[in-house]
Amino acid sequence: MTQEEFNIPDFAELQRLLTASCDKAEVHRVLQSDRIGISGLAALLSPAAENLLSQLAARSARITAKRFGRTIQIYAPLYLSNFCTNRCAYCGFSADNKIDRRVLTMDEAEQEAMILHGRGFKHILLVSGEAPARLGVDYLAELAMRLRNRFAAIAIEVQPLEEDDYARLFAAGITSVAVYQETYDRRIYAQVHHAGKKCDFDYRLATPARAAAAGMREVGIGALLGLADWRLEGLALGMHLAWLRKHYWRTALTVSFPRLRPAEGDFQPLVKVNERMLSQLIFALRIFDPDAGLLLSTREEARFRDGMVGLGPTRYSAGSCTAPGGYAHPELTGEQFSIGDHRSMQEVCADICQKGYDPVRKDWDATFQIKDGGGAMSAASL
Amino acid sequence: MLTIAGRVFRSRLFGGTGKFSSPRVMKEALDASGCEMVTVALRRVDLANPQDDIMSVLDRKKFLFLPNTSGARDAQEAVRLARLARASGGGDWLKLEVTPDPRTLLPDPIETLKATEILVKEGFIVLPYMNADPVLALRLQDAGAAAVMPLGAPIGTNQGILTAFQIAIIIEQARVPVVVDAGLGAPSHAAQAMEMGADAVLVNTAIAVAGDPVRMARAFAMAVEAGREAYEAGLGERRTDAAASSPQTGLDFLR
Repeated sequence: MTQEEFNIPDFAELQRLLTASCDKAEVHRVLQSDRIGISGLAALLSPAAENLLSQLAARSARITAKRFGRTIQIYAPLYLSNFCTNRCAYCGFSADNKIDRRVLTMDEAEQEAMILHGRGFKHILLVSGEAPARLGVDYLAELAMRLRNRFAAIAIEVQPLEEDDYARLFAAGITSVAVYQETYDRRIYAQVHHAGKKCDFDYRLATPARAAAAGMREVGIGALLGLADWRLEGLALGMHLAWLRKHYWRTALTVSFPRLRPAEGDFQPLVKVNERMLSQLIFALRIFDPDAGLLLSTREEARFRDGMVGLGPTRYSAGSCTAPGGYAHPELTGEQFSIGDHRSMQEVCADICQKGYDPVRKDWDATFQIKDGGGAMSAASL
Repeated sequence: MLTIAGRVFRSRLFGGTGKFSSPRVMKEALDASGCEMVTVALRRVDLANPQDDIMSVLDRKKFLFLPNTSGARDAQEAVRLARLARASGGGDWLKLEVTPDPRTLLPDPIETLKATEILVKEGFIVLPYMNADPVLALRLQDAGAAAVMPLGAPIGTNQGILTAFQIAIIIEQARVPVVVDAGLGAPSHAAQAMEMGADAVLVNTAIAVAGDPVRMARAFAMAVEAGREAYEAGLGERRTDAAASSPQTGLDFLR
């Protein structure tokens, strides 16, 4: 659709932008504005905004309420495989790590999905390590065809694919694609990605656009907090969002905020990102983009996620397990990271209700994209 | 500098040639406006004898003529007019106006989109006149329109920018220049459009029927410059959702 590709400025340039926007008066001015641009986002991310955090929170809460109502959408991740051909310093699935590796069979995957279905989840996120030979488009398409009539929406967070792969998966019933750049800082990116296709920064960066061009209804971006400067990641995320909105106006967008947690391997975060910083990042992005879905996963602790209800985030996972097969067999190891919020789905929903918000379990429908009548597989359409 | 379809314009005021009391007044007013592109209704032009009409009064070296299809009721009529105009030496530029309702002269969105799709494929440089519908603006851009021309108010009403809220969205989302066209009754309206970030404005009626069209043309020219200057200088944004004071939000849960 468009010849242009998204590119991200060097982080030194982002730092200059941040410094230029860096005083308290500017933050106040931005908080008074209706629509803020990138320099406004920079002001909200800057150190000058730190002491105005509760005002950012208030603004973020108001915008979120107007745009999303008093709701939080509930979803669950479903880990299909922890095989991975990449060596990423920070991840439990890194090819370097000695963990129990498995890829679920189609029946096992379906069984895991039905456990989630039984718990009341209607939105699921299929996750895997990046090992196309073990789990590729054929697998995902077949699984999508099996599951699509039982879930409102199925998202994927797997290796970056080509545009026609995404088109095929959309036809099979996948609604959205999450692919996180991990870090938008090329230098740090090269530092933490040691081997594998993931080393290609530009290919990964162009992936959300490919998914959108293929017709995916929603695309999710994110940065792994703890690698590069979180303020600059925030700016980069804002730029990425704005670019995607401009070039793929039909596509809904979400941002996720995975923060480095203890994982297999001895990787320590390169920068410290505490809860105040994470909340400032979330508030700033909410004010910058009133329409993006903001995800807070079970990486974060219950107390934090509870406190954030209504302040900006709009989607919470619950009762998550990051080891493939772990819903049927909770004793299994081979997790991607260890969880911070151990509440069950029921508990998360009850707590959301307690706060005066509605935990939404269904906010899409298979009918939007499934053109044929029922669940029968149509080989021709795949 | 304003660029549309690769052509640079120094003036962000476009003019129209209709409704003037005489060709002479039209020429003097348009000269005074400093504009570099003027619309010409194809229905006013005798394509068989182009030298016999209002266009012959204007210097083709100073003005880019933008034929418009005003009067067309549907895509087919507009496309026919466009092809005829081009075949007569009218060039590739076209202001697409499909206005089936002679009372309001409001543009038909469906026929406008259809015609844009056809004409872009045939190599026309299409500038579609449209109601201030942000989704339509996106659809027209996807179809290859070289600019979009959302109305401030219906043609000839001089009401100003009644559609400000939607035009703001169009401007924010646009990948091509946005020319606010129709309904601008006073220079302050033109200044407002430019302050909002419009790339240009098109004014016809307000200049043509003014008591002194030449002075009014100059006034509009100044207003367009003022508005653009203010926009580039970085206007402070005004808040629309009223909030007396920011309520303090409890963040005690943070560690």
